[in-house]
Amino acid sequence: MPMPSSEVIVIGSGPNGLACATRLAQKGAKVTLLDSLSTPGGGASPREFAPGFTTSLAHLTRGIDARVAKGMNLERHGLSFQTLQTTLLGANPITVSRGKTSSQDTEYARLHDRLTHFARVLAPFRALPPPRLGKGNDWLTLSRLGLGIRALGKTEFRELLRMLLINAADVAEDDLTDTRLQGFLAFEATLGSWLGPRSPNSLILLLNHLAIGPDPLAPKGGMQALAAAMAKAAVAAGVTIRQNAKVTRILTKDDRATGVQLTDGETLTAQAVVSTLHPGLTLRTLVGPRALDAGLYTRAGHIHSRGGTASLTLALKALPKLDNPGNRLIIAPSVTAVENAFNPVKYGQVPDAPVLEAYIPTTLDPRTDSHHILTANVQFAPHAPENPDQARAQMLENTLRVLETHIPGLRALILHQDLLMPQDVATLYGNPGGNWHHAELAVEQMLFLRPLRDLSQYQTPLDGLWLAGAGSHPGGGITGSSGWNAAEAMERTL
Amino acid sequence: MTLRFDLTPLLPTAFAPRTEPLNKLMRFGAWAGYRTALCYGDTEMEYAAIRNTAMLYDLCPMTKYRISGVEAEDYLQRLMLRHLRKHSVGGVQYSLWCDDAGKVLDDGTLFRLGPQEFLLFCQERHMPWLLDSAMGFDVRVEDQTTDLAGLSLQGPLAATILAKAGLEVSSLKPFRLTHLPLGAGQVMISRTGFTGDLGYELWVTPDHALTLWDRLIEAGAAYGLRPAGSDALNIARIEAGFLIATLDFIPAHHALREHRARSPFELGFGWMVDFDKGPFTGRRALLRERETGSRWARVGLDIPGNVAAEGALLYHLRKHEVGHVTSAVWSPITKSSIALAEVQARHARGHDVWVEIYAERELQYAKLMLPVTAVERPFFNPARKRATPPERF
Ligand SMILES: Cc1cc2nc3c(=O)[nH]c(=O)nc-3n(C[C@H](O)[C@H](O)[C@H](O)COP(=O)(O)OP(=O)(O)OC[C@H]3O[C@@H](n4cnc5c(N)ncnc54)[C@H](O)[C@@H]3O)c2cc1C
Repeated sequence: MPMPSSEVIVIGSGPNGLACATRLAQKGAKVTLLDSLSTPGGGASPREFAPGFTTSLAHLTRGIDARVAKGMNLERHGLSFQTLQTTLLGANPITVSRGKTSSQDTEYARLHDRLTHFARVLAPFRALPPPRLGKGNDWLTLSRLGLGIRALGKTEFRELLRMLLINAADVAEDDLTDTRLQGFLAFEATLGSWLGPRSPNSLILLLNHLAIGPDPLAPKGGMQALAAAMAKAAVAAGVTIRQNAKVTRILTKDDRATGVQLTDGETLTAQAVVSTLHPGLTLRTLVGPRALDAGLYTRAGHIHSRGGTASLTLALKALPKLDNPGNRLIIAPSVTAVENAFNPVKYGQVPDAPVLEAYIPTTLDPRTDSHHILTANVQFAPHAPENPDQARAQMLENTLRVLETHIPGLRALILHQDLLMPQDVATLYGNPGGNWHHAELAVEQMLFLRPLRDLSQYQTPLDGLWLAGAGSHPGGGITGSSGWNAAEAMERTL
Repeated sequence: MTLRFDLTPLLPTAFAPRTEPLNKLMRFGAWAGYRTALCYGDTEMEYAAIRNTAMLYDLCPMTKYRISGVEAEDYLQRLMLRHLRKHSVGGVQYSLWCDDAGKVLDDGTLFRLGPQEFLLFCQERHMPWLLDSAMGFDVRVEDQTTDLAGLSLQGPLAATILAKAGLEVSSLKPFRLTHLPLGAGQVMISRTGFTGDLGYELWVTPDHALTLWDRLIEAGAAYGLRPAGSDALNIARIEAGFLIATLDFIPAHHALREHRARSPFELGFGWMVDFDKGPFTGRRALLRERETGSRWARVGLDIPGNVAAEGALLYHLRKHEVGHVTSAVWSPITKSSIALAEVQARHARGHDVWVEIYAERELQYAKLMLPVTAVERPFFNPARKRATPPERF
């Protein structure tokens, strides 16, 4: 445990690893942060995809967890954001900013307000360890949150219960008339998930996005600036960051985690080991079966982790023709378009017309050579296609075709193109399945079921081994929430 | 063979051509998908053979797994409760295994055939659990239930009869096994059994089953050897204090109700749990239970009178229900009414514990409330069970 001067190893320098390491260091632990990549940041770290052009896996955020931003003093370390408006591309593009839209659909504002309200009521749960079924809860806090929910009033409370497990398509179609807005809602709900808008329980994921933050934000200086600011804060707190340090084993003795072993055989010892890697990978590959009970080891292999998001980056000769090139750009023309983009991945196939969220970060931070970069999260990509190379090529072609119809002339501007399929994400970021949240975020893997019922308090059965990555509550995104929650949980065991 | 369960809901065992014509009462029972004799003609006589001469019992339905591979020992260390350090080749170890919560999944005997080869005999089917447990180990787990036919030869004359049949095993110690030639094949003989008496278990491939049967029956003819059914065996096993999965405890994977599963401590097998051997499934839960205490205790009961207390409830101060009997019988050899029971742990010593028995007497029930005495198990524990070489007759 992070007693003053105790040694803690944190594996993975993504936002959660950085947040967790910083908090532990601030509380007096001697923290070493290990990462296999050459730069800190995980999903936010810079990656050179073509000579002179860098990108990152995540391109936008809905905001760093407020506790993390404050606790790490990220503003002072140079982090600031640009709030983005959203353009829904199509024959008649419309813009959306929170509840405001240029569409005629008057219901949108009302629905948006209601969903935002629900999200605000649920948001505090993100900053808590999941409530347990049984003993050991922080009842005071929970009852306060319970009161918050009750304060919605009877009608809204009933409405929340109705919506909690509903699918996004039903809400979009019941409440909205503009198919473009319906498509937008369907897209936002399913971004990063392995669910279509008609899959049960998909709306709650939209509430989760909204609970992180109301607006899409672009870090000034790009995602890499965010990663750099977090890393600076970590170092300032006393964290030792070691890059190019790939952990191959978590060492255990007498039911305790005692340290880690790196690829080159080097071993490091510690009183506590915190893994922000995929929980299944952490337990099955790094710890291994001998130190774990057979039931847990088996269940850790059944954590669903199908990635459905591909990451596209284009290096462009010039800025494409767009009314608002600095906006977040969405191509998701209708609920059916999103659902149709999901259907083929169930069978390992690539959709003909993927839906996507694109952004041109060079509109905010221009390059000296006046080239541009376009990044996009493209859905849905099959996580285990029969022929990965062929699937990647087809996904790229279909994506570019969709982009070209919405942004005519784009293809002619392309200098370099790069597409990471979920399998590529898995390889590059050590995240089996390549899912946005490491472990899929879906009702059956949420709260006290995340990643598994007996791992939901960030603690593992092995003394001194903790889980702190996106696979733990409250899930992924560039937020640092699970890392912070885990650090708090570790402090409580002191 | 295509199985038509509508036509043959219960399969015959490899010994059926011999056992079925002998079953004068046609009293068969279902055992793991097979039909085996409950009684051939007279349970008292069959039981008497166990304690006075010898009996032959069809073991075919036992579930059998072959566990082999470079990491078979590591695998079993993690699976089972007992340490394998002292389990040498040619040995048989009785052991239990648990789930993560430290609740018993089953008990069984583990035969060590080689450094990397084991046979596990147990009551229930466990392939999914055994395979789940095998993930990450270089080990093979094969179901061999139909590949081996077995007989149990139990009783004070068992060794004598085996010698007469040309199977000399007098130097075999309890919980050891050996292989001997049998015609064109071979027979694996272990000094094990379920009667708490001198006895052996014999295993052959099914094609040699009848040869084995005939040899033993012929050799035993002059010694009062008798085939026995499960009813007789059940008396002997209660006297020996053995538990049977699903009768005396609910294997954790069968339990639908959360509190029905039991830990090894609660079944009286705390001695098996080796916390020092390294990690094994259930270890952490059992450590916690050792600290916080168990809910239940397993006891052997001596009950006054001569009425078997089957299914009876136990009361403290004749008032508060504190447990129940899981197996009970009038024991011919100890001349007492004995029972295996489960009581709340704090009543394990049996002080002021009473048993409520509904004794049927010609369609009228007498309700008896009798004080019990907690006694050592086995209830019957003859020296001949252990003597090596066994006495020759
Ligand atoms: C295609 C895609 C697009 C995404 N886009 C966005 C987005 O736009 N906005 C957003 O908010 N979120 C996005 N996400 C989600 C976001 O990237 C993750 O949820 C987030 O990065 C999780 O943070 P983390 O700290 O838990 O883990 P990660 O950021 O994944 O960090 C884990 C770190 O551990 C390292 N590592 C792995 N194995 C080892 C090892 N054996 N030894 C040492 N180090 C190791 C990895 O290299 C990595 O640096 C996206 C995800 C995907 C897959």
